[in-house]
Amino acid sequence: MENILTVENVCKTYGNFTALNNVSISVPKGSIFGLLGPNGAGKTSLIRIINQITLPDSGTILLDGEPLQPHHVHQIGYLPEERGLYKSMKVGEQALYLAQLKGLSESEARKKLKYWFEKFEISDWWNKKIQELSKGMAQKVQFIVTVLHSPKLLIFDEPFSGFDPINANLIKDEILKLRDEGASIIFSTHRMESVEELCDYIALINKSNKILDGKLNDVKQQFKTNQFEVGLLSNNKEELIANISNHFCVENSRTTTVDNELRLLIGLKNNETSTDLIQFLNNKAQINHFTEIIPSANDIFLKAVANNE
Amino acid sequence: MSKLKLIIKREFLAKVKNKSFIIMTILSPLLMVGLFSLIVFLNQKNSEEVRTVAFVDDSHMLSTAFTDTPSTKYIDLTPLGIEEARMQTEKSYYGVLYIPKVDSLTDISKGIEFYSEDSPSLNLISDIENNLERKIRNLKIEQLHFDVEKIKKTETDVEIATENFSGEKSSKIGSVLRMIAGGGFGYLIFMFIIIYGTSVMRSVIEEKTSRIIEVIISSVKPFQLMLGKILGNALAGILQFVIWMISAGLLLFVVTLIFGPEATSSGSAMGQMNPEMLQQVQQSSATDLQLALLEIKNLPILTMFFSFIFYFLGGYLIYSSIYAAIGAAVDSETDTQQFMMPVLMPLMIAIYVGFSVIENPHGPIAIGFSLFPLTSPIVMLMRIPFGVPWWQIVLSMALLLVTFVGIVWFAAKIYRVGILMYGKKPNYKELYKWLKY
Repeated sequence: MENILTVENVCKTYGNFTALNNVSISVPKGSIFGLLGPNGAGKTSLIRIINQITLPDSGTILLDGEPLQPHHVHQIGYLPEERGLYKSMKVGEQALYLAQLKGLSESEARKKLKYWFEKFEISDWWNKKIQELSKGMAQKVQFIVTVLHSPKLLIFDEPFSGFDPINANLIKDEILKLRDEGASIIFSTHRMESVEELCDYIALINKSNKILDGKLNDVKQQFKTNQFEVGLLSNNKEELIANISNHFCVENSRTTTVDNELRLLIGLKNNETSTDLIQFLNNKAQINHFTEIIPSANDIFLKAVANNE
Repeated sequence: MSKLKLIIKREFLAKVKNKSFIIMTILSPLLMVGLFSLIVFLNQKNSEEVRTVAFVDDSHMLSTAFTDTPSTKYIDLTPLGIEEARMQTEKSYYGVLYIPKVDSLTDISKGIEFYSEDSPSLNLISDIENNLERKIRNLKIEQLHFDVEKIKKTETDVEIATENFSGEKSSKIGSVLRMIAGGGFGYLIFMFIIIYGTSVMRSVIEEKTSRIIEVIISSVKPFQLMLGKILGNALAGILQFVIWMISAGLLLFVVTLIFGPEATSSGSAMGQMNPEMLQQVQQSSATDLQLALLEIKNLPILTMFFSFIFYFLGGYLIYSSIYAAIGAAVDSETDTQQFMMPVLMPLMIAIYVGFSVIENPHGPIAIGFSLFPLTSPIVMLMRIPFGVPWWQIVLSMALLLVTFVGIVWFAAKIYRVGILMYGKKPNYKELYKWLKY
């Protein structure tokens, strides 16, 4: 698959501080790419380099196959984490100004703004000043300004902060829609549940180094621990546990109160397969359910960072 | 380039649409005119007031020393005696002068006293002293048997007419006008640099605190933004200057219509004059007024206008880029104090030097500071009405341009780093590090 963005061996230092150390990532076209990492890991430094706000000390960046050039800012939409608008400027004028800075003509910008303002049902805000709007309302305007010039690559840094759940959902749907229409999206966040929902690919940056990247599903497979959760029905639970423990490694056990089910967490060794386990259990008790434990993005994040320390 | 235009347009409109700009532009000329008229009015009222001064002359020699003037009347209370006269004065006169009884003219100057409710005006006292001195002198001359009239005839009034080598007449009033024009323009530049420099700084801080800065510089280069901001504000400044010039012209026109042509000369001078100067003009004769009018016409007005624009732009660009860098380095306006002092220093020095420059416009200090780029916009502008050799103007403009490029380069580096820094209170060491990022 073609990449919209390729970052190769990028380094950036500020004085004695290394912000990025030989970081490389590839963002496939038409995907949502999660850029993850703890605070101060270097995500924002990388994003600023992609936006040409700062220059890398070394390394190359290709946007759609071309080395990054000043005119590429028109093809990128950026919603920074530290964001805001001119407080005493009117919403409409401000949106027009920012759209024109992104290379749209005034009439084009007007047309597109009309479309988005109607879509978000905020047309009557045109002549209001930002300081008269609530934070969430201002965020909507900010989102529109980011996507207005239909960029090929969208970069969202913590896009959901400042939104209530309803509007956060609205924005999430818009992001998915933009991807379906062909835009590629880099998505930086600490909210792991939204990574789970949205991202096709992830890269994890910690202490200026990329420590992990790939398709979210592949990464999950890579991080799974061969653990299975099973629910069993049996009259003699102690004997059953003892029996299973003789053959497999039982890591956790409890009994649910509702249907008196025995829940076991069983880890398999390298030479054992899930089929072995199912066959074994099937002879001993009635299997209510059988699930392989797939690590969540959150687990992966914590584990990868801990391994890196 | 079109992005720079967009930024300039936005900054210009943001500044011009601001209420304080509109109020400043319209009100301050009115305020100046109002204040000035008030001073003139009060001055007139002051001189209309008539003081009556009583005197008691126990020496019986000096009672003819005093002649009434429009503002001072003298009344002889010698028959009442000093005690009674003092009581009377307290009720109805400004003050009472007591000349004690003496035997000879030599001692008469001792022991003369003046009593009044408040401490008397210095002018009045020196008037009385002059009157007494003249009278005593005349009496002494008579005592020595000289003829007072003959001696008076020996007195001559000398007034030197000055003219420069190219044959143009100049006058004391001309020099005064040059001082006023130079001082006024220099001071105006000083004010403009501070007002518009600070306005650039505020605008940078506003972009930082409202967090829009990162959105903008993902579309344009920080340098473009800084330059656009500075130029947009400069245009607003020039607009304000032009509006003031035009309204001053209109005002002059209206004054001419109302008061007739004679008022024009003093009226036009009034626009830029302080009361002392005005008095000087008022006291001078009609021919002097005409000469003054001529002098105004003789001033290199076009040169002054264009050099004002040039030096305003040059000085403003240098200082406002420093202001922009300061704005970028801090988080709020309260943090700017430590950086403001070194910026204001050369400006203050320029103004102080300027005062001595208009006394001696071609001395070494004047030349030095009018070439040094951080002070030249103010000092050179103060010198220009007196005529400055062209090579000095060219040199100072060239130095100004070179410095401008250098300072903008430094400021842009600090600006670029500073606008993305939050929560750090930088010191000079930190700023120096930013230069190398």
